[in-house]
Amino acid sequence: MSKIKLATVWFSGCSGCHMSFLDLDERLVELAQKVEVVYSPLVDIKEFPDGVDVTLVEGAVGNTEQLKMLQEIRRKTKILVALGDCAVTGNVPSMRNPIPREDVLRAVYGEGEVPGLEEGEVPRLLPRALPLAMVVPVDGFIHGCPPPADRIWKFIRKLLSGEAPVLAGEDLRFG
Amino acid sequence: MITLTIDGQRVEAEEGQTILEAAKAAGIRIPTLCHLEGLSPRGSCRLCLVEVKNWNGKLVPACATPAQDGMEVVASSERLRNLRRMILELLFAERNHICAICPSNGHCELQDLACELGMDVVHFPYRFPGLKVDASHQRFVYDPNRCVLCGRCVRACSEVEGAMTLGFSGRGVYTLVEADLGGPWGASETCTGCGKCVQACPTGALVERGKATAEQEKRPQLVAEVTERRPRVQD
Repeated sequence: MSKIKLATVWFSGCSGCHMSFLDLDERLVELAQKVEVVYSPLVDIKEFPDGVDVTLVEGAVGNTEQLKMLQEIRRKTKILVALGDCAVTGNVPSMRNPIPREDVLRAVYGEGEVPGLEEGEVPRLLPRALPLAMVVPVDGFIHGCPPPADRIWKFIRKLLSGEAPVLAGEDLRFG
Repeated sequence: MITLTIDGQRVEAEEGQTILEAAKAAGIRIPTLCHLEGLSPRGSCRLCLVEVKNWNGKLVPACATPAQDGMEVVASSERLRNLRRMILELLFAERNHICAICPSNGHCELQDLACELGMDVVHFPYRFPGLKVDASHQRFVYDPNRCVLCGRCVRACSEVEGAMTLGFSGRGVYTLVEADLGGPWGASETCTGCGKCVQACPTGALVERGKATAEQEKRPQLVAEVTERRPRVQD
C-alpha cells in the first residue's frame, strides 16, 4: 500500500499545535510507517505539492499570503483539517479583530513605515484574522489550545483506519 | 399528580412543575443555559426547546412550560439536535468567546454545551464585536465579550439579593448588562458586592477580580441554596 501524503501548515498561531503534534512521541514512529510528510514547517520543502491526502492547518488566516496559500492548499488537498482553536475559531489571533488594522500595526511598529500595512516584502495584514472555515470548506476539526497529543492521535487514527474523522464529547472542548 | 410522556417514557409530575423539572426528576437530560434553579424561568436561550407531539410538534422551552396531563414530549430528536446546535453556534458567533484566555476555561457551561451538543465548528460568520470590559468594580469584572445574555446575573441581583443593580440595556445582539442606569459598575450606589451575579453567570462574563486563565470556578447552585430550595452542600 502506498503511503498517505500528509502535509502540515503553520499560519497565524504560536506553533503550540505543532509542538503538541510532536508530543505524539513514540507514536510518530508508527505514523512515519503509514504517512509520508510532503510539506511542513518541520521538513525542508518549499513548494506545496499536488495530490496531498491530508493537510493539518494550524493557526488562523491573518494575512494575504496565508489566504492565498489556504486556497491553494484546498485545491491540492483531499482532506483539509483545522488543527487547534486558532484554525477552528480564530482564537487568540482574532482578539485583534475589533481593532482597526492600522491601529494594531502602529501599536507594534510605531510611526513611519509599517510592514504589513500595504502589500510588500511582508504580506498585507487582513482586516480580521479568520477561522479556516470562513475562507474555504474544511473537512475536520481538532479542538484545543493546543489540542492534547492524545486527541490529535485519536483523530489521525480514525483517518488512517478510514473512519469518518469526527471527534465527539470531551474531545470537542475548546481551550 | 399529572402523567405525561417524555421520549416515550411515562413520567409523573406535580401540578405546576415545568417539563424541565419533570424530566430532571425522571433522569432525562435536557440541555439548559439561561435556566438556574432558584431563579424565575426566563426561556430566553431556547436550548431547552422540546417538541410537544400532541400540539402538532410545537416547540416550547421546557424550562418555562408547565407539564400537563397527557402531554407527549419529545426531548431528543434529530430536529431538536439540529436546532439546539444552531442556537449554540449563534451564541458563539455573536461575541468573542476565546476559551484559551478565559478565567472560566474548563468551568464554563457554554464550553460544556459545545461538547455535549457536538459542536465541531460554527457555520455562521463570527461577528468579532469590540465590547468594552468593565473592571471598575472593587471585587468583580464584567466582560461583555463572553456574555450570552442569559440574564441569570440580572435575576440573581433582583430576585435573590433584591438590589436590582444589574439590568439590560440595548436590544438584540447589542444588548449589554449594565449597573444602575449605565456607567461604571464600580460607581454603582446600589450594588452590595454580594457576588451572586458572578456565581450565577454560566460563562466567564462575570468573574472575580484577579482570576487568571482557568482559575474561576463557580457555584451556581448557591442560588438554590440561599433561596432554600436545596440544602447547602459543604465543599
